[in-house]
Amino acid sequence: MSDPLVVFENVVKRFGEFVAVEKMNLDIQQGEFLALMGPSGCGKTTTLRMLAGLEQPSEGEIRLAGQVMNDVKPHERDTPLVWQSLALFPFLNARENVEFGLKMRGLDAASRKAKALNWLDRLGLADFAERPVDQLSGGQRQRVALARALVTEPQILLLDEPLSALDAHLVIRMQGELTKLQRELGITFVYVTHSQSEAFAMADRVVIMGDGVIAQTGAAREIYRAPANRFVAEFVGRNNILAGKVTSQVKTAATIETPAGKFKVNIPKARSFSRGDRLSFAISADLVHLSDKNPRGDNVVPCTLISEEFVGSVITLFLESADGTEFKAQIQERELADIDLKSGSTLYLSWPAASAHVLED
Amino acid sequence: MMDSERAIKWFLRGYVVCLFVFVFLPIIASMVFSFNSQRFPTVPLGTFTWHWYETIWQDPDVWDAIKTSIIVSSCTSVLATFIGFCTAYTDYRYSFRFKGAFLALALLPPTIPLIIMALAMLAWFARIGASGEIWSVIIAHTVLTAPFAMAVIRLRLNQIDPNLESAAWNLGASEWTAMREIILPFAKPAIVSALCLTAAVSFDEFAVAWFVSGLNKTVPVIILEIVTGNIDPQVNAIGTFVFITSMTLVIIAQILIMTREKKDAPA
Repeated sequence: MSDPLVVFENVVKRFGEFVAVEKMNLDIQQGEFLALMGPSGCGKTTTLRMLAGLEQPSEGEIRLAGQVMNDVKPHERDTPLVWQSLALFPFLNARENVEFGLKMRGLDAASRKAKALNWLDRLGLADFAERPVDQLSGGQRQRVALARALVTEPQILLLDEPLSALDAHLVIRMQGELTKLQRELGITFVYVTHSQSEAFAMADRVVIMGDGVIAQTGAAREIYRAPANRFVAEFVGRNNILAGKVTSQVKTAATIETPAGKFKVNIPKARSFSRGDRLSFAISADLVHLSDKNPRGDNVVPCTLISEEFVGSVITLFLESADGTEFKAQIQERELADIDLKSGSTLYLSWPAASAHVLED
Repeated sequence: MMDSERAIKWFLRGYVVCLFVFVFLPIIASMVFSFNSQRFPTVPLGTFTWHWYETIWQDPDVWDAIKTSIIVSSCTSVLATFIGFCTAYTDYRYSFRFKGAFLALALLPPTIPLIIMALAMLAWFARIGASGEIWSVIIAHTVLTAPFAMAVIRLRLNQIDPNLESAAWNLGASEWTAMREIILPFAKPAIVSALCLTAAVSFDEFAVAWFVSGLNKTVPVIILEIVTGNIDPQVNAIGTFVFITSMTLVIIAQILIMTREKKDAPA
């Protein structure tokens, strides 16, 4: 593998007493689509701003293409950013906005115009080049912001929640276009978002951050199916998280006693537990089975239905066991035909031991 | 129900009309008498005349005063707008301890009673040997009007996307270039309206100018001299001229503020 394009080495960022980013180590590869994802205040935007030079690391080193960037001014780096607010220049038209970066690089007017129009055309905005930006729709403004950032042909593009202001159907379309664009250009995209669907849909690799720390790094499916710890399991997807004490262990099969009952889990090879150790595990809500008859066997929880959330083909049911533990189950709408939900009778959740994923803490 | 609503509506309309009459009647009266051939402002009016305008036109003292006023108000407006812009930009760009106190201090001068301000200025200029100079009036007026410029420009900078300047840096603009290419064009309507507003305030200002100006009399000072001791309809003519000048400046300022608000509204 070639050298990474971006290296964060023990990067710390403090604002006064507040630690926004804590000892971050991260390599970003050439041509990679990386998503930085986490709840608000987790340090993802600060990380991006440090990469753009808008914040300076308090400790550690950031390298871009081998060069230490800590003291390089924002205007001396080629790390264009697509802003959440888009930050288009309101008194310039679409083409002039796109030309701005080229103008700053001292390109003559004719070649600036040609390049800007070329990019606007590529993003389907050829007819809107001379429009003031306040007369463009949300999606068009989004494209102008993209063209403005890409027109200087950078090695890396930074995106800070760029789709958060768009309507849901536009978000899906833009996701597709961004992925396609990134493939075609072959440059590195660093995409900050709090939205799981955006990160998972587009990124080659997802970095989950919480409280200034990287909680997990991996491909979307890896993170979804095997969350490393409780934070990731709670943040990503709909997981049922249970915690309890190990009561017995035979080879990799352990029995855990939790307030909601005793459950069997498979212990990963790298881990070892002894009796009485605390252990938490997650079962994805789409891996549980729901029935109104007791299926007998391991890993069965009798529950009562609290509420349901219907979004189309999939229904999420919120349930509660006798001790008050909350459970979530995602069921295909057609499966529900066989289950009696109305009478308020007891429902049984069950899952195979292999579906339970042991968390690190 | 409908009747009481209607009554309130008519009452409020009447109130507004009364208010405008109260404010503008003396000014309109002064304008009317400036074209009146009679020496004393009485009704019935005499005949229409340009006589009073002709006399002030031929009066070298009035010309000197107008010249002084133009120099003072244009220099003041440029200086005050520059200082006002710097203060407003400081507020937009930086956050620091005691910023509230900084802003309060910056906005303080217009709240000081003019006569006290004028006396203090006079005493200070006299001590440093600068009283009675044209530039001492300019300095005094700049102190007085810079807060107006700051308020107008600050209002505009508050509407800016806080990322706009960073976006310019991100695209390769140095701090000075971003100032020239992004902040100044964005604030331009506010800067022009601040220029007009401060020029108008300086042009009209009497108390400070009277204390500080010495022999470099401005128009309001000469008006007082003319009216002191005799009734002279020339004052109406000068007053009309001053009123039209400052109203023009204020209206330009207002139009600039309103058009930019309209333009920004849908965005």
